[in-house]
Amino acid sequence: MDNIAGKKPALVWATHISVALLVILWLFPTVGLFVSSFRTADQISSSGWWKAMFPQEQNTMIRTASPETQQQIDGNYVIEGNLFAEEGGAAGEISAWGISSRDIAAYAPGDTADMGEDGQLTVAVNGDYRLVNSTEFSGRRGERVFLTAITPPSFTLDNYRTVLVDGQATDKMGKAFINTLTVTIPATVIPILIAAFAAYALAWMDFRGRAFLIAVIVGLLVVPLQLALIPLLSFHGAVVEWFIALVGTPMEDNARRFAEVGALGRMFGFEPGDTINSKGYLGVWAAHTGFGLPLAIYLLRNYMVGLPKDIIENARVDGATDFQIFTKIILPLSFPALASFAIFQFLWTWNDLLVALVFLIDSSGETTVMTRQIVELLGTRGGNWEILATAAFVSIAVPLTVFFFMQKYLVRGLLAGSVK
Amino acid sequence: MHPALQGLLTIAIGVGACIGYFYFSNIILDKVIFPARGQNAGRNINRANLVRPWLFLLPGLLALGLYLAYPVVETLRLSLTDRDLGGAYVGLENYRKMSGDPKFWEAMRNNAFWLLVVPAMSTAFGLLVAQLTDRIRWGSIAKSLIFMPMAISFVGAAVIWKLVYDARPLGTEQIGILNAIYLALGGDQPMNWLTIPFWNNFFLMVVLIWIQTGFAMVILSAALRGVPEETIEAAIVDGANPFQIFFRIKVPQIMGTIVVVWTTITIVVLKVFDIVFAMTNGQWETQVLANYMYDQLFRARDWGVGSAAAMVIMLLVTPILVWNVYNARKEMK
Repeated sequence: MDNIAGKKPALVWATHISVALLVILWLFPTVGLFVSSFRTADQISSSGWWKAMFPQEQNTMIRTASPETQQQIDGNYVIEGNLFAEEGGAAGEISAWGISSRDIAAYAPGDTADMGEDGQLTVAVNGDYRLVNSTEFSGRRGERVFLTAITPPSFTLDNYRTVLVDGQATDKMGKAFINTLTVTIPATVIPILIAAFAAYALAWMDFRGRAFLIAVIVGLLVVPLQLALIPLLSFHGAVVEWFIALVGTPMEDNARRFAEVGALGRMFGFEPGDTINSKGYLGVWAAHTGFGLPLAIYLLRNYMVGLPKDIIENARVDGATDFQIFTKIILPLSFPALASFAIFQFLWTWNDLLVALVFLIDSSGETTVMTRQIVELLGTRGGNWEILATAAFVSIAVPLTVFFFMQKYLVRGLLAGSVK
Repeated sequence: MHPALQGLLTIAIGVGACIGYFYFSNIILDKVIFPARGQNAGRNINRANLVRPWLFLLPGLLALGLYLAYPVVETLRLSLTDRDLGGAYVGLENYRKMSGDPKFWEAMRNNAFWLLVVPAMSTAFGLLVAQLTDRIRWGSIAKSLIFMPMAISFVGAAVIWKLVYDARPLGTEQIGILNAIYLALGGDQPMNWLTIPFWNNFFLMVVLIWIQTGFAMVILSAALRGVPEETIEAAIVDGANPFQIFFRIKVPQIMGTIVVVWTTITIVVLKVFDIVFAMTNGQWETQVLANYMYDQLFRARDWGVGSAAAMVIMLLVTPILVWNVYNARKEMK
């Protein structure tokens, strides 16, 4: 049945317009950053990004070609060229120009300005200029010309080149991108596997304490991971010390540094004097696995409980073991739930800052992730929007792609995951 | 070794170890410990089936216990000790120290506002969008665009909104849309929105509302679809107008879901860290609990007070935790 609003055209219109407004409101900030990432620093600071789509009037100062390029034509010295081409910028349409910063719009396009002993300058609408003088031009630099020009929208990929390939080390996102990927993939795959078995046991195996365990997992769903930071950091440190004591001898004043390395330790590639940092990929993978498990188990169990009972019981009657039932029947059937959780965990680990700060990034900065790099940029290059916007977009692009292609699973996961 | 390679290796080892563990532990259980042969076959099968669930659960329970359950207890213990005194028990000293810190109370006040505003606004906007997009043809596109910020990291969102709030000196072109609009509407000075004490909190909240509305919308949209048509038809027959139908018929029927959405967003708010960390880092009176805790732990290096702050967050989450467990148990019966 139609909504009652469907019968009133005014209300239908009001609905369309308000939805359109909301969508624009929601998109506007992101689009702003996206557009900015394709503009040069000059463009960003000289006009708001929302004007980037339209031709805009800009005031610029451009120098003519240097006197070295002068030619002798009919007894006069001539320098010719195109002002827009001199700067390598996009073509534009000149509405006014001048030769002094005090009066930048003194001449109309086509006019000739008499600069006394510096010669006569003519500038056409399209930026072509001709500088003529009866005596030879001297000096090294060209004449200054002030332009008021309408330039068409222009966009550049330079920012992406800077950020990804050839920028300074602090601007570089390439390595951070790889690091983020390195954190994300194991941190997504491993919890799924562990959770799937646990979820199967909680869904289809009968044992005492099952209901209690499920309640515990529902409770752990909301435990803030802030609580886990210090205890786990100490725990990871203890593991490192234990490992060193196991495969070698620790130094007396530093239990995380080898004094001697045993045969086993040498197999791992350690040498005396090596320090093992308690921060690192192993730690961050383990932490993400632990923090992701409650949701994983909860989502998967809820899904598995809903699978048809007949199939599983028939398989049992036919003599299938639980392990076979799980791998041959449950796992393939649970694909949608597995995909849902995989997307959640991927987005969460990719976008995470806190866990990486605490468990991964050490003082060397070798293992920095993109979110950390962006926060750093916000501090050091807060005004350089072309770098910031591009860096942010590099990090946003992957989750957005995943989002748009796998939205169905994400929605399904959300619906199943919110505790009802 | 290159970390990417190391990552691949970890996946291989991790996945291999998991599968190997499950496979071999089952085989050992069935063939070695309780073989389904001989005179005790029947008894052995039963015993094996008693043990098997725990085999399946073991890795998960170990990880959960170590990474979530143990830290709760350990943090509680740490909050009662002093690291500088070699971890000696100091009772409630850390809590006393914390309650004497004006920054803590600033964080508490701000968190209170966050807790009031963000869940309310996100749920309200989510409900509005869910209802409006329900019957229009391009509704699903509109929904997916409003849902999109969910995929963006808090840090990415911080950058996005910093550009919105950007301020340039008067006389130069404004590149932040908010100041451009503000000046166009007759404002006399570009504002540094994030440095205006008290109100800047709300500019930070906008970021989280922007992200969480999509979540609320998705859940509430599904709930609205589940409202029985008959109840709406009956209301129409009785002459109810669209607003009455929405507020008197639909909303009461999805109240349960609204509560779920509200509490879920509340939890997100209590843990909010990245947005404040990236945008103001708690300056200009924008401190929140999670960032205060991070400051205490990693800047002031005071584990006692940091743990005490974490316990405050835990305490605030506890009512929701209990409520969730209660509901989950009720549902299972």
